[in-house]
Amino acid sequence: MPNLVGQLINLLASILLILSFAMLSQRRILSLIRLFTFQGVTLVAATILLGYSTNQPHLYYSAALTQVLKVMVIPTLLHRLINHLNVRWDTETLINIPTTMMIGIILVIFSFNLAAPISSLSTSIARSTLGIALACVLLSFMMMITRAKAVPQVIGFLSMENGLFFSATAAVYGMPMVVELGIALDVLMGILILGVFMFQIRERFDSLDISHLEKLKED
Amino acid sequence: MNQYGMLSQLLDVVMALLLAPLLTGWLNQWRALLQNRSAPDLIQPYKVLHKLFFKESVIADHASPLFRMVPYLVFGCMTLASAIIPMLSTDLPLAPAADAIALVGLFAIARTFISLAAMDIGTAFGSLGARREMLIGFLAEPALLTVLFTSSLITRSTSLTSMVTSMSHNSFAIYPSLAFAGIAFVMVSLAENARIPVDNPATHLELTMIHEALILEYSGRHLALMEWAASLKLFAYSCIGLAIFFPWGVSTSASPLALMMALPVLVVKLAIGGALVAVIETLSAKMRIFRVPEFLATAFMLAVMGMLVHFLLGA
Repeated sequence: MPNLVGQLINLLASILLILSFAMLSQRRILSLIRLFTFQGVTLVAATILLGYSTNQPHLYYSAALTQVLKVMVIPTLLHRLINHLNVRWDTETLINIPTTMMIGIILVIFSFNLAAPISSLSTSIARSTLGIALACVLLSFMMMITRAKAVPQVIGFLSMENGLFFSATAAVYGMPMVVELGIALDVLMGILILGVFMFQIRERFDSLDISHLEKLKED
Repeated sequence: MNQYGMLSQLLDVVMALLLAPLLTGWLNQWRALLQNRSAPDLIQPYKVLHKLFFKESVIADHASPLFRMVPYLVFGCMTLASAIIPMLSTDLPLAPAADAIALVGLFAIARTFISLAAMDIGTAFGSLGARREMLIGFLAEPALLTVLFTSSLITRSTSLTSMVTSMSHNSFAIYPSLAFAGIAFVMVSLAENARIPVDNPATHLELTMIHEALILEYSGRHLALMEWAASLKLFAYSCIGLAIFFPWGVSTSASPLALMMALPVLVVKLAIGGALVAVIETLSAKMRIFRVPEFLATAFMLAVMGMLVHFLLGA
């Protein structure tokens, strides 16, 4: 039943979009990490379904890679990071949440319009979800902009990578294996390096508020 | 208008009037069970209504005629709403009179008058409740309308009866846009029916109350009508939700047998839905009143997203 599989992929894409919005509106770091894990699980399910419907075994490999990395390793690393940094409390956003939501809707309309001509060129079964993938990228980008603290920004960065991965899968059935492995390792390295950075920032300023970084010298 | 239509219309309204307190009782029972309290009787709301109808109704000296009129008006609005919503059958002679948008307007009339009556007496609690009610109402209404628009885009009609007819006759398909709309609808109906993340229906004489503050000055038969109307509103919202998202089982053909079969199906669906609402209420904490706009903005956003996804995916 290719039709049902296509509908299921559309549903999973919509769930990805809902999760992006939930992350945008979430104040608590622990819930953010949980939502990020859910996003990974949804991505894995969508990739497996796409691989099944198009008979492309390499999508199974990238699904497995996503499962290991984004559902298991990175959330564990993030949990350890916030335990070490002791930042479990709520984080305030720079813009209030209803306004963020409204800007989010505009971003979604923008990306749906942007993706419409591109997806009409594609022949993929999931071509109509390209707009959703693009919207996920932009929403995560906005999440990075609207957060003042370092840890939510890192989660925004990771969720942006999820969106990029999904758009690649939706438009052209994924990237070559070498590129995918490279990106996956880059993300892992990025997390480790950003973790070290966060320790450094806190050591220097006694806070994870990155607005301190705007000052170049101590006064 | 044929005889069968008259019959199903009559059955629809009478059943709504009779079953609405039962749904409230069922919900309260589940809430109590989930919170490790001993549960009140399932028919407790009927007992309360019975008691209140036989009590004297006390009215403040300087109450205007509006104050006396409002309970009947609100009750009438809710009865009319339940006459329009296809609960058992789609063959309703009254249904062409109002589509889903007029239905939202009907709820708005009830809300406006209940707020006016609360401000009429001039107590602090009354005007406080009225302001909060209007705050919630003006945020919840666009979200509810957008949810209804999404489903009318799918079924190409704003009339609830034809929505149900075309939804239950279509072959099974997954509509991602309805997933968005469904979540938004649950959030809106929790807010509109004074349920827990927004208002606590069990509080009485607390500073956080909204619905209770509105009807604080009513007593006797007026209070009974207000309580009954609140149950009817909950019942009507549940039935709108069932009609849009789970339309199977509603009788679409003009046969008495289908009508009889629709009743147990509806009762089962409502029982499951009521238990789920009780679970949501138990799991969530009541939020500060200033967080409510955030909650409803999220609902509105989800509803708009559902509509956008419908345009993008065509489903």
